[in-house]
Amino acid sequence: MTSTAKRRRPRGRPSLAPYLILTPAMVLFALFLALPIGYTVYLAMRRTRVSGLGLGKGARREVFVGFDNFAAAISDGELWAGWLRVLGYGALVLVVMLGLALLFALLLDSARVRLARFSRIAIFLPYAVPGVAATLLWGFLYLPSLSPIRAVFDVDLLGATTVTYSMANVAVWGGVGFNMLVLYTTLRAIPRDYYEAARLDGASELQIALRIKIPMLVPAIILTTVFSIIATIQVFTEPATLRPLTNTISSTWSPLMKVYRDAFVTGDLYSAAATSIVIAAISIVLSFAFLRVVRDRAFGEG
Amino acid sequence: MAANASRRLTGLAPTGLLLLGAIYCLFPVSWVLIASTKSPAELFTTPTLAFGTGFLSNVTELFAYRDGVFWLWLVNTLVYAGGGALLSTAVSAISGYALAKYRFPGRTLIFNLLIGGILVPAVVLAIPQYLLFAKVGLADTYWAVLLPQILHPYSIYLARIYATAAVPDSLLEAGRLDGASELRLMTRVAMPLMTPGMVTIFLFQFVAIWNNFLLPFIMLGDDGKFPLTVGLFTLLQAGANQPALYNLILTGALLSIIPLIALFLTMQRYWRTDLSSGAVK
Repeated sequence: MTSTAKRRRPRGRPSLAPYLILTPAMVLFALFLALPIGYTVYLAMRRTRVSGLGLGKGARREVFVGFDNFAAAISDGELWAGWLRVLGYGALVLVVMLGLALLFALLLDSARVRLARFSRIAIFLPYAVPGVAATLLWGFLYLPSLSPIRAVFDVDLLGATTVTYSMANVAVWGGVGFNMLVLYTTLRAIPRDYYEAARLDGASELQIALRIKIPMLVPAIILTTVFSIIATIQVFTEPATLRPLTNTISSTWSPLMKVYRDAFVTGDLYSAAATSIVIAAISIVLSFAFLRVVRDRAFGEG
Repeated sequence: MAANASRRLTGLAPTGLLLLGAIYCLFPVSWVLIASTKSPAELFTTPTLAFGTGFLSNVTELFAYRDGVFWLWLVNTLVYAGGGALLSTAVSAISGYALAKYRFPGRTLIFNLLIGGILVPAVVLAIPQYLLFAKVGLADTYWAVLLPQILHPYSIYLARIYATAAVPDSLLEAGRLDGASELRLMTRVAMPLMTPGMVTIFLFQFVAIWNNFLLPFIMLGDDGKFPLTVGLFTLLQAGANQPALYNLILTGALLSIIPLIALFLTMQRYWRTDLSSGAVK
């Protein structure tokens, strides 16, 4: 109380400092996030109209078309075929990748594992491999002329049906380590006394994992799932990199590949903008739907 | 004794499972390590696990490819990842500090806006960013790849958590009583305390930018400005139907992952996904 008088800056008087410190972030936010989003919405509602023969000045005009591009994007069969492929691929990646990440994290955290440090580093290592390089490595491992896998199993790893699994394998390989680390770090933060108490009560390691560890991991599992959903829906690098090695991947294999083709190959920016908003909307809706489903169960602060 | 033996036995299955996971994760990397030592002829004839004799000639050939464009890709990647991660860490650290240590009107709104960026898929941003850069004549420049990657919502989130735990309010209060300016408090008191957390943020951003493919792929046309990811992609596109070029592609892939793996192994203790404990062990 008495010290208030001595203070040069009395408590409670708002200072300009935080606003000044946050200025760079807000400027970047405006320029590279808000403006591009606004511009996408703007583009998605416009289209070039050609009048007459399309020759001469003013024959090509950009006009406002409202939701026409969205309607076209939503009724586009090619896009939906892409969605179906990505949904199948994504479900596979999410279940296998997060399942393995959870399993490895729990195993690492159990007291009796040997070589835990080596395994942890090895499993996290693919995180340091760029998606392009990872796809390239696996792509060559799938190639009939080089594949050591083909020497053991006689399957065409780049066939029309198998290619989805082969691609999912690349994503699982690249993502399992990071997700494992997130879950493992969360596990290490749980006070050890919990387990001691459970052990004294006669609980087995498996029971401890199922009854104590997994429930406490729920918020971290939710976080990794939401991030994985967003990343999986936007899959682009893996199919684009694998494409030169096989003819089973079309230029519109995933929705994002179709956006790229529309924007830069066929030059239809307006439909690319509309499609990318549809992709964003679907990934946000799926993330929120997922959050809603699990929110009632346990959603810790943080 | 018997209990001890059964304990050891139950430890075997988890260890075995983890080692299987480790082998799965190491397999492609060790394969490329071996494959890149093989000359084009050896690649298709020698056993998978046999080292070849062509590593040095592969590397020489790769660096000679199209007048040494691979060198440029390597240097470009360092510029993008190093410069981008440095700027990004600086912006994230000061923003996280401001959001953690000041109470001011609009704090929650600004935090939610910045964090909301996590939910925006890269695809919605990359194409309009390209068009906007093209409008101001900056598409196909280094800036087009550097600038959009500075703002990173998740890093701001991490920096805020870290600042909350690592910078004691009492220290700031004491500094204020001594008449230190807010700028001085930030640069002399808060930032040094936040350094370990900043290293972690830097590493994650460095890897994220090093591995990014979509943004440079869309922004750049001139292959002299490509990072390794886009360069490797074009190398693959050119060489997928020419098995004689496979050794180049594989050596390129190996060289593009070695720097990151080295960084990763030497900076072990900073690779953390949780900064709330306030200290990196």
